Amino acid sequence: MFTYLVRRLIYVLPVAVGVSMFCFLLVHIAPGDPLTAIMPVDATAEEQAAMRSAYGLDKPLPVQYAIWISKAVQGDLGKSIATGRPVTGEVMRAVANSLLLAAAASAIAFPNGIFLGFLAGYFRDTIFDRAITAVAITGVSVPNYWLGIVLVIVFSVQLSWLPSMGAGPGGSGEWAWDYAHLRHLILPAVTLAVVPIGIVARTIRALVGDIFSMDFVQALYAKGMRHPDVLRHVIRNAAPTALSVIGLQLGYLLGGSILIETVFNWPGSGFLLSNAIFQRDLPLLQGTILVLALFFVTANLIVDVAQAAIDPRIKRT
Amino acid sequence: MSRTDTQARTASAPADRGGPKQPLIIAQDLKKHFPVRSGLLNRQSATVHAVDGVSFEVRKGETLGIVGESGCGKSTTARLLIGLIELDQGHIIFDGEELGTDIQLKELRHGVQMVFQDSYASLNPRLTIEQSIAFGPAVQKLDDPKARARDLMQRVGLDPDRFAARYPHELSGGQRQRVNIARALAMSPRLVILDEAVSALDKSVEAQVLNLLSDLRKELGLTYVFISHDLNVVRFISDRVLVMYLGEVVEVGPVDAIYETQAHPYTASLFAAMPSMDPDNRTKEPPLAGDPPNPIDPPTGCRFHTRCRFAEDICSAAKPKLATIAGNPDHLAACHIQDARSGHSLATREAAE
Amino acid sequence: MAATDVTELIEPVVRTQGYWTGVFHRFRKDPVAVTCTAIILLLILAAIFAPYLDLADPYKSSMIKRLKPIGTDGFLLGTDEQGRDMFARLIYGGRLTLFIGLMPVVFAFVIGSCLGLVAGYAGGLVNTIIMRTIDVFFAFPSVLLAIAISGALGAGIFNSLVSLTIVFIPPIARVAESVTSSVRALDYIDAARASGGDALTIIRVHIIGNVLGPIFVYATSLTSVCMILAAGLSFLGIGVRPPEPEWGLMLNTLRTAIYVNPWVAALPGLMIFVTSLCLNLLSDGLRSAMNVKD
Repeated sequence: MFTYLVRRLIYVLPVAVGVSMFCFLLVHIAPGDPLTAIMPVDATAEEQAAMRSAYGLDKPLPVQYAIWISKAVQGDLGKSIATGRPVTGEVMRAVANSLLLAAAASAIAFPNGIFLGFLAGYFRDTIFDRAITAVAITGVSVPNYWLGIVLVIVFSVQLSWLPSMGAGPGGSGEWAWDYAHLRHLILPAVTLAVVPIGIVARTIRALVGDIFSMDFVQALYAKGMRHPDVLRHVIRNAAPTALSVIGLQLGYLLGGSILIETVFNWPGSGFLLSNAIFQRDLPLLQGTILVLALFFVTANLIVDVAQAAIDPRIKRT
Repeated sequence: MSRTDTQARTASAPADRGGPKQPLIIAQDLKKHFPVRSGLLNRQSATVHAVDGVSFEVRKGETLGIVGESGCGKSTTARLLIGLIELDQGHIIFDGEELGTDIQLKELRHGVQMVFQDSYASLNPRLTIEQSIAFGPAVQKLDDPKARARDLMQRVGLDPDRFAARYPHELSGGQRQRVNIARALAMSPRLVILDEAVSALDKSVEAQVLNLLSDLRKELGLTYVFISHDLNVVRFISDRVLVMYLGEVVEVGPVDAIYETQAHPYTASLFAAMPSMDPDNRTKEPPLAGDPPNPIDPPTGCRFHTRCRFAEDICSAAKPKLATIAGNPDHLAACHIQDARSGHSLATREAAE
Repeated sequence: MAATDVTELIEPVVRTQGYWTGVFHRFRKDPVAVTCTAIILLLILAAIFAPYLDLADPYKSSMIKRLKPIGTDGFLLGTDEQGRDMFARLIYGGRLTLFIGLMPVVFAFVIGSCLGLVAGYAGGLVNTIIMRTIDVFFAFPSVLLAIAISGALGAGIFNSLVSLTIVFIPPIARVAESVTSSVRALDYIDAARASGGDALTIIRVHIIGNVLGPIFVYATSLTSVCMILAAGLSFLGIGVRPPEPEWGLMLNTLRTAIYVNPWVAALPGLMIFVTSLCLNLLSDGLRSAMNVKD
């Protein structure tokens, strides 16, 4: 088990390096001068050159990368061009908000998705199953940003039950653990949860259906085992794959939240990213993407290790 | 002699170069090891000694049966002979010419073809039967692959008009194996290796295919290497038999000699393990206990000594060589008991008999 | 003459059919799949022939006629925030959304299949290099990757196409590699090699036919995601630029209108939803027709 963990970590390293290289290069594939956003229009050639060297843009690419990555490892992701504040702080705050949203969405999506999927798989090909499958497919096909707008139309505009913007009253960007703020969390979390519910339900349904048709389940019944005990066996068999599907959804929750955060003005990393793009704030853009990607890589690593821990079929050496 | 026979012969690669006495194929000291990777950096932690110093010859026009348990290296040896796997060490001499120096892989494949076991995965499900059979000749740029394919289908007992345009999933297991045979013959080989070719078939179908193989051998002057774990089938079809254990040859000889008296203890237990058909003489317990040891860490000396009734110290110390039995130059076994000078307690007695 | 199987004599003469013919017939019998195909085809045709249909000018704005509700006289589906006819905008919008939604998957299918095929057939070092490079892209959630690339390149149709194609190459390549590796290990490939076929011939004759099917089905399952993502990019402002009609972009510009005329504001998203749903159901139907397990 330990060797598996170490081997997985070693494997992650080149991927993490590749990710950082990609993030670094993003800025440089952007058309135009990275500095156009902040340079005053009437800057002289000397001022331009001075600015360029202040940002280290006159050095060769590999050197720039080395400087950037060595700083990043120490936690310094540069300063935002738009606000002048350190990127790391902004990003971490925003990521925390995104994680909050993702956690809420997970809490809604995974239990419901697994439960529905299990029911559909158990009652395969009945009307029950068909209904759940229809709901699941609808969930998978819906554009989450549109769903957010529709929910806002229904619950904010028409019914005035729930707020439509921000993390706190008045559309504020600050979070606090109180009822007023929680009301702001409901709509975005539900919107974000819809697609994972669909995907998880579909996958679990197929999985459970497959397991129930396997010979060993028939053998268990033939032995005289009762329903609840057989179910326990089925669940144990389904657990590793279920875990893997959930792991895959983490990416969606982290990435898809970008669109939801835009709809609801939720002060998360996606919102930050949109602003960074609009303002061509390249250090902020770079830093946010790097942090998000590394988060994703880490989450995958954790899921893989957890899977290896519970699935006896995976090689542990 | 039909027109197609001469056609088949003239289209084949080099005619009989070595003469009737030259064995068609000689395997000399073949070695193939596979690395096992594990641990932190996927380092090679062990080696599977799949084929470890195998030598034999196949004479023209004969059928050599190769028997052994799963994992003894029969299939690997077959694939080495046809060049699908690269040799680590050893030589293959085809009709007097050595692979690598006198002839290249391309020419070897002209003379040696293989019929595989699993009859479904052995045919491309997207190609019709005709296309599958014609692939080899088309690639080798022989003339009129389609006509060849149809002729061969006829030969193996599949009516071309009904079967040429069919797909593998529309055929039965026996029919698919016939197609596999036809495909192997499409290259006009001189040696056909049959790797468990009838093992997956029902018994009745198996009998038909075996008869077909016998007929084809006579009609086309073929030589067979027949790999199987079914001793009855091997007896029926082989002229000589070779027994393998854990990557090595333990016994080889004429089929009657081996089926009558087995010189090697392993062969003896293998044959004794065949359930008896005589109700008065039922097989009560298996003569050989346990599974074959792991080819990753083969036992020292004679590899069979861990399961052999007659094992003595000499057996784990020194590896026995293949030596002739009791004056029959054609029957060899690798056992210290057969070697008068080995120091085995039973040795002098057996050799004297 | 060699003995023939007795079964041959009692078997009826079977009309042989190729693999794809069988798939087509099974697909035809699935009502859901057929309906969805019809809807998609209708949308595509409407998109292609939009200029020839008797529609209002989708660019003509009129500040007086802003945000008229659905069913207004002369404006079947109302007007948008600049007074442009919604019906026309939706049909014209379909052109761009469908184009940017489907073409990247087509490109990614071609490129990804090639990469995966080479990696799967060659194995060894080549495989490792290709797949590990692809793994780097897999480290990003697709939405994030699309936004990152589009954000860096800037808005525009071409940039969106590039960005989305890059996003979808890795998953397709991975599936292609996996399928190719499995096929490569089968006996008939060994038989083909033993017949003396060189790598290119074997790939052409034996591998491609057996591998493209599963990859294609997988690619179709990605189309709905691509569409939603394409419209999403425009929604964020890094896809299509105004005043071009495009469903995602329209959803963005109409956002503020939800307080005035919510149903008109929701229309473009409805189109995305319906199209995406049909693409998903179509892909599912195709998969069942090919007997690939759900």
